[in-house]
Amino acid sequence: MDRTPLQTLEQHDDFISRHIGPRDSDIQAMLDTIGVESLDALIVRAVPSGLRSDTPLDLPPARREDDVLAELRAMAGQNTVLRSMIGMGYYDCFTPGVILRNVLENPGWYTAYTPYQPEISQGRLEALLNFQTMVMDLTGMEMANASLLDEATAAAEAMTLCRRVGKKKSDSFFVSDACHTQTIDVLRTRAAPLGISLIVGDVRTDLADADPFGILLQYPASDGAVEDYADVVATAHDAGALVTVAADLLALTLLTPPGEWDADVVVGSAQRFGVPMGCGGPHAAFLATREAYRRSIPGRLVGVSIDMAGRPALRLALQTREQHIRREKATSNICTAQVLLAVMAGLYAVYHGPERLETIARRVHRLTSVAAAGLRGLGFDMANDSWFDTLCVRAPGAASSLLTKARTEGYNFRQIDDGTLGLSFDETTTTDDIAAVLRIFGGDGSVGETDTGVEDDAIPSALRRTSPFLTHPVFNSYHSETEMLRYLKRLQDKDIALDRSMIPLGSCTMKLNATTEMAPVTWPEFGRIHPFAPDDQLVGYRTLIEGLEVMLCRATGFDAVSFQPNAGSQGEYAGLLVIRAYHESRGEGGRDICLIPSSAHGTNPASAVMAGLKVVVVDCDDHGNIDVDDLKAKAETHADALAALMVTYPSTHGVFEEPIRDICAIVHDNGGQVYLDGANLNAMLGVCYPADFGADVSHMNLHKTFCIPHGGGGPGMGPIGVQAHLAPFLPSHHTQPMADEAVGAIAAAPWGSPSILTISWAYIAMMGGNGLRRATELAILNANYIAHRLNPYFPVLYTGPGGLVAHECIVDLRRLEGDISIDDVAKRLVDFGIHAPTMSFPVADTLMIEPTESESKTEIDRFCDAMIAVHGEIARVESGALDREDNPLRNAPHTLEDVVNDSWAHAYSREEAAFPSAATRENKYWPPVGRIDQVYGDRNFVCACPPLDAYRDAAD
Amino acid sequence: MSEMRFTEDHEWVRIEGDVATIGITEYAQDQLGDIVFIDLPESGAEFAQGDDAAVIESVKAASDIYAPVSGEVGEVNEALDVEPATVNQDAEGEGWLFTLTISDPGELDNLMDADAYKAFVAKL
Ligand SMILES: Cc1ncc(COP(=O)(O)O)c(C=O)c1O
Repeated sequence: MDRTPLQTLEQHDDFISRHIGPRDSDIQAMLDTIGVESLDALIVRAVPSGLRSDTPLDLPPARREDDVLAELRAMAGQNTVLRSMIGMGYYDCFTPGVILRNVLENPGWYTAYTPYQPEISQGRLEALLNFQTMVMDLTGMEMANASLLDEATAAAEAMTLCRRVGKKKSDSFFVSDACHTQTIDVLRTRAAPLGISLIVGDVRTDLADADPFGILLQYPASDGAVEDYADVVATAHDAGALVTVAADLLALTLLTPPGEWDADVVVGSAQRFGVPMGCGGPHAAFLATREAYRRSIPGRLVGVSIDMAGRPALRLALQTREQHIRREKATSNICTAQVLLAVMAGLYAVYHGPERLETIARRVHRLTSVAAAGLRGLGFDMANDSWFDTLCVRAPGAASSLLTKARTEGYNFRQIDDGTLGLSFDETTTTDDIAAVLRIFGGDGSVGETDTGVEDDAIPSALRRTSPFLTHPVFNSYHSETEMLRYLKRLQDKDIALDRSMIPLGSCTMKLNATTEMAPVTWPEFGRIHPFAPDDQLVGYRTLIEGLEVMLCRATGFDAVSFQPNAGSQGEYAGLLVIRAYHESRGEGGRDICLIPSSAHGTNPASAVMAGLKVVVVDCDDHGNIDVDDLKAKAETHADALAALMVTYPSTHGVFEEPIRDICAIVHDNGGQVYLDGANLNAMLGVCYPADFGADVSHMNLHKTFCIPHGGGGPGMGPIGVQAHLAPFLPSHHTQPMADEAVGAIAAAPWGSPSILTISWAYIAMMGGNGLRRATELAILNANYIAHRLNPYFPVLYTGPGGLVAHECIVDLRRLEGDISIDDVAKRLVDFGIHAPTMSFPVADTLMIEPTESESKTEIDRFCDAMIAVHGEIARVESGALDREDNPLRNAPHTLEDVVNDSWAHAYSREEAAFPSAATRENKYWPPVGRIDQVYGDRNFVCACPPLDAYRDAAD
Repeated sequence: MSEMRFTEDHEWVRIEGDVATIGITEYAQDQLGDIVFIDLPESGAEFAQGDDAAVIESVKAASDIYAPVSGEVGEVNEALDVEPATVNQDAEGEGWLFTLTISDPGELDNLMDADAYKAFVAKL
């Protein structure tokens, strides 16, 4: 008889062993390789005793996938989905089914990493180039980036861009009061620490006195008006100011684009191009500008280059602008952006093409005009006499009651003031909606005339678009679903994502993004919600966010969490502002020195500068640890001005530094606060608590430790946890009750990107306290196993206590012989079907390897075997067995076209080139292009889809 | 007669009367690799010794060029806008960056002569 208790048969902790790669039977073998007897012993040896906590994670036990999904269903059910007419930059839309299923719900797209290894990223790079081309076409600008976090922060980036490139000596930036409220709020926050004075006013009357270095306009305006700004632009330019326009992409299919009226920068959100509102995000923002400013543009930029064989090939261009190279002199701190959402928006344009996009826009505009006529017929008039999709309806004394009535009828309006309501229409609006709206205003349910005499006059004739857009074949070839499906598949097949191979990128934590965690993201109860919907409609979201806050506090020891930051970089910025506000509250607002170890991630110094702090670099010693004497000396020298230390733990060198408590104490003793960069939290959960050893504030990259997928470079979430004394200063938002001392909004939406918080919530619920601790143990085990296997071939650069590493390890390639470079190694791994580890961060010419707990021993062995085989090839180059120049490393990666070419003229065989391991015979990844010429692309800069001739010429 | 001086940041300075021509050394161009862009100062800009005066970018790095002496920018090598690779090909000749009218000749004493620079590089 089976006597196993039912409790056991139910397998409540089943998910833990789904999330974790190594089987129980593998673990002992791995421990033996390392020479440690048990997982407990491993943790005892790897983690300094002064940090290790014996308190188990105070979280409920693990739960089954079906159980957690049921609870999320219930949460979703607590949200009330009304038809949103709030507008303000967020519009309901249809995600084409073919994009929903094959991109947003497809691990081939959502589990990829940022395309720093371009040869294995051509699919998503092409999708991003589509996005850039689409933005350039619609805005009428010469170049566009891909991408930024939201429209409000894009406007802030435009402000600093104008200050960098402009000639005008002024410290003020003028913002039209017709901009969205959240944009103005974020600009206020961002301007202050940089010494920019923000002037909000009416561009027609207040601009002359302001004498700013730049101005921001909204087109169409937040209240819906479509105004001709040509004279404003001319006046601004005459006075030496640069002009930024926040514009709506759908409107631009009908309106004269800002580029044609001489705007210098255009920013905006691409949300309504097929991306659900998600109560605020995630969505992609864009920034387009003149080509002359290309070296000052913030964020990633896809550019066209060629590969070794002269084929057109894409890669990230002009990277020296960015934080990972330029650090405190970078154009921005942005790192993780919103790639997956930019990809979707670009594909929305590919799927619809110019005619259908224009038709969608015409329909939205027509329905808006029909509603306007109906409202006029009912005796209401509009504050705006021009519009694209938004009406500003005057209802003196009745706004509140109409708003309430609308809600009972299932509609959310925007209340602008006591006597004015905003109504925005979108792709999903129907004539039934118009009838319902008119009924709310007292109509009889009829819609009135829909076809003649209601449309064109609402767009001033001077502002009707005449220029063509999206003329490139990519926007005109995939309009049947079959063609679109195959295009998506073709792009996806060019790339390596987690569905193909491990992605052992150090500092990136490329762990499993479980299907169950992902499922709720696309439920309409989470998706079709406007971020400024009234609180009583967001009950499910509140439960989710408050629940996750408790979970994260328990996991880290912090007392409160702000979910506003949309990435780690933004968490850093927010956290530093919180620290500044705290000092200010104690009459120490002058503290402006930020200590940052030389090993820090580039976002740290870049964020510090944005927060108005001065960076002082602290040295590292020969073991890769912070030089505590140097830290102490610098903290003491600057004791009167010390604001903060930014420290990563475990360090970016992948070790648990023993003296972290002392380091934190030194900073506190000298009046500073400790900002802990939580990128490496995956090494700590359940083992130690950052708040215990001295961190005052820390961001948690939910897209690393807590399973939000990287999406090829975003979305992300970087909520910050703080100790109680900092809680009053957490960022505020105009839709929420505000603490007096709070720093202003740092993102457009109150909780960043809430629709993906479901992922982290589900992960923590399914793992439970024990599972999270187990994940930490296995992450440390996997990293040490790799370190031990590779050390005889590529020495492990730094180890911590007990000769062990934390959850990642750096292997040294600095002394490679035979002219072999680290690039050669990374590209050769592609021939093995393996994604290279992080290259040259934080130490030049090294590889940083982070396997995470999710990779099985089989996959880790495949990786180690490939690395060892590459080492063998290097040895053969050294010994002369392989040619010094013409060898498989220097020519990697090899495309199918290369190896089947009739004229194979290399000094090694085709077989060696293409099938360097047994594993590749069963499962071969063919890179679509060979080694990309980075120099060519940066010297001959192109950032739009190249004409098809370019491909044809290359083939000839 | 012109005189050559060098800085620890691997810049060379050719002095002719009160005009200094500035560039990066062969060693520096080799370290940087393929140069893709050079951000040059504007003629007329004034710098104190040690100020950031220009930026040289390769694909992977951006290096600041500091004013080796105080002075006002005279000529700028605009040909580098189109052909930044000239610096790789001829760092100490055609690849010059800009000239400065020296405001304090005393500052030249802080710089190395050719032998001292050679010894400095040998130790790296
Ligand atoms: C150590 C470290 N700090 C900060 C960041 C920045 O985080 P994000 O990319 O979310 O902005 C990263 C991410 O790559 C990182 O590895």
